[in-house]
Amino acid sequence: MILEQVAASDFLVVAPVVIGIACGALLLMFRHHVRWQAAFSVFGLAAMTAADAALFARVAAEGPLVMTMGSWLPPFGISFTADLLGAGFALVASFVAMLCTVYSVREIGATGRRYGFYPFLMLMMAGVNGAFLTGDIFNLYVWFEVFLIASFGLMILGSEREQIDGATKYAILNLLGTALFLIATAYLYGVVGTLNMADIARKVDLLPATAPVMTISALFLFAFGMKSAAFPVYFWLPASYHTPRIVTGALFGGLLTKIGVYSLLRTMVMLFPEQRLELSGVISWVAVATMILGALGALAQSDIRRMMGFLVISGVGLMLAGLALGDATGLSGAILYAVHSMLAMSALYLLCGTMNEYGGSFSLNSLAGLYRASPLLTAIALVLFLAAAGLPPGSGLWPKVVLAKAAIDLGNGWLVGAILVSGLLTTIALGRVFALAFWRNSAEPGEPVDEAERTPVVPAFGSLIMLTIPILLLGLFPEPFIRMADAAAAGLLDPSAYLRAVFPAAGGGG
Amino acid sequence: MEAAFSVLVGLFFAVGIYLILSKHIIRILLGIAIFGNAVNLLIFTSGRIVRSTAPIVPQHLDVLPAGAANPLPQALILTAIVISFSFFAFILVLAFRAYQEIGVDDTTGMRVAEPRGEPLPPMGY
Amino acid sequence: MRTLIFRTAAPYLTALMLLFSIFVLLRGHNEPGGGFIGGLIAASAFAIHGIAFGVRQVRKTLHFHPMAISGFGLFLAVLAGLVSVIAGVPFLTGLWTSPTIGGLTVDLSTPMLFDIGVYLVVVGSITSIALALEGREDD
Repeated sequence: MILEQVAASDFLVVAPVVIGIACGALLLMFRHHVRWQAAFSVFGLAAMTAADAALFARVAAEGPLVMTMGSWLPPFGISFTADLLGAGFALVASFVAMLCTVYSVREIGATGRRYGFYPFLMLMMAGVNGAFLTGDIFNLYVWFEVFLIASFGLMILGSEREQIDGATKYAILNLLGTALFLIATAYLYGVVGTLNMADIARKVDLLPATAPVMTISALFLFAFGMKSAAFPVYFWLPASYHTPRIVTGALFGGLLTKIGVYSLLRTMVMLFPEQRLELSGVISWVAVATMILGALGALAQSDIRRMMGFLVISGVGLMLAGLALGDATGLSGAILYAVHSMLAMSALYLLCGTMNEYGGSFSLNSLAGLYRASPLLTAIALVLFLAAAGLPPGSGLWPKVVLAKAAIDLGNGWLVGAILVSGLLTTIALGRVFALAFWRNSAEPGEPVDEAERTPVVPAFGSLIMLTIPILLLGLFPEPFIRMADAAAAGLLDPSAYLRAVFPAAGGGG
Repeated sequence: MEAAFSVLVGLFFAVGIYLILSKHIIRILLGIAIFGNAVNLLIFTSGRIVRSTAPIVPQHLDVLPAGAANPLPQALILTAIVISFSFFAFILVLAFRAYQEIGVDDTTGMRVAEPRGEPLPPMGY
Repeated sequence: MRTLIFRTAAPYLTALMLLFSIFVLLRGHNEPGGGFIGGLIAASAFAIHGIAFGVRQVRKTLHFHPMAISGFGLFLAVLAGLVSVIAGVPFLTGLWTSPTIGGLTVDLSTPMLFDIGVYLVVVGSITSIALALEGREDD
């Protein structure tokens, strides 16, 4: 039993999850008071973001923060362990979700609210935060299921044929993915005899050489690869992400695949470093195929939402490239790219929604004349497209520079080539969107824009601009972000601080 | 005992994967149910199957007696069963709705979200 | 299904099952039982009531929407964890108190609060699924 008193400030590590579940529960109880739901959710997510920010600041200053549930001693109790990587990702995810909720105020009508959009949203964010902050591999599985089941609810909101079709594929394939994760966890428990990640990290080296650690890490790679939409198993993403409401697409595209990437970083780098080294050839092939095929898929789409789905995949390829490189610089690039991707992909989905508001369509064949309709939207779109393509002044540039530098340092020239080619293809795809949807004149020139049809879009623009600001900051002043990413990568490569935080008496071992 | 269970788990996986590879949603669902049970049995087996000693710590000891089964996998299975039960209920309802809305239970016919022959984006103005 | 015999027996069955579910819930602290299984029993009681008298009747009897009951349970479970903030012990630690109410010592604890939360979550969600499926049969 843990006997010493715990200061109230230590509860920061569970605070984001508690806020998410409590707000979700309250929203469930008052589901029919549709008027207050949106405001309450924004408030709840703001509190979650504040808690994550405080947690991040504390972790950055003092090192990993641990709380073991129910006063049990680790490894028997479930430890919530926030290190720089988890706390940082949780902070960005909550921030993005808060802005997406602001956007949703207009898009989700009374029916969607009564159906439970906001409770599902809060429960999903509780699951997302739980996945980033937990330090127990089975608990990670539970959080995966929590956000997955909430995401099912969000995905079929509206019950259109298209959504049900997409949701069926999404649900079945994701369920298989988590089942694979559970298989890997079962083997891991059978071999190591513990589920606490810090305990696994220090015991995995002591296993006899005959232990099937390679099998286990390959299974984890496959399961989380499926979750993060990596090359051979990404087809569920373009089949489903364009069907739900735009806000839902933005949240999924921005956050959910990144949890897969986070879990890959956590397991492959922190728990199985030797196996990652051996698998790095496979991972880099997967990464290259993912980034190139994702970008090619984006080129072939005429529906902008489906194009964004493929761009999400292409970005996952870049993060996997960082994982394949596996040194401090490469991991730092992958972490930075994940932060960029959370912000930029959510913003791009929201942009698609706003383009639809102005242009009345998601298809590149009919979208036109948006520059005339809204110069402000065009300016935001330009920044976001540059960011996604990895050109200055957007946020995509620096992660790619860091990744390319790591690849050159390790003599991995063809990985650099693939990164540049995927960037070029993305530039072409997004440049075409800009040329067709924004520059091209409408088919009926001179048609006056109907003022009545321009519904007030303050929340939409507010959230888009608020998302664009950190994207520009990351593009223009990258040093603090890179420093944080470096520190997070260092914490993954040498988890002794993480181990010391969980097992203070044992001195951290490894 | 573990050897027999390993064979059983393998059989469950084979049956589950075979059914999941089918085109029909209802068979895929059955496959997923069997697949999930295979995983649960796998966890169960990984906790040793013995019936000689109950997993209760005796009063004068701090650890389990040697040869006792590990109780933790059973707690894990309980969690996994509850989760997979709710998932299965959800997917069953979803598949039923899909059948009502789309009219097929054949995955090759489910092309509403990704229609065949979508036009390519225009090549110029 | 709506025979006279069933409709006469259903209220007694429902009441008995609800009582039994609470017994199982409270028994669960030291013996087999608990919130999850108790919740399932209570949900099946409501399902039986629904089969006998129709979904609308059950919704009227329950007064609150099943999902709202679920939400309340979730909230109770979170509260049970948050009591430990005041006591200064890690989240979800079991805390006990035995106040004497009217000459009778009652053992109260946060695990019990948590278990009641679980009970309500299960009652709410399973009842709402069951009622949705029964309701569909009516159309």
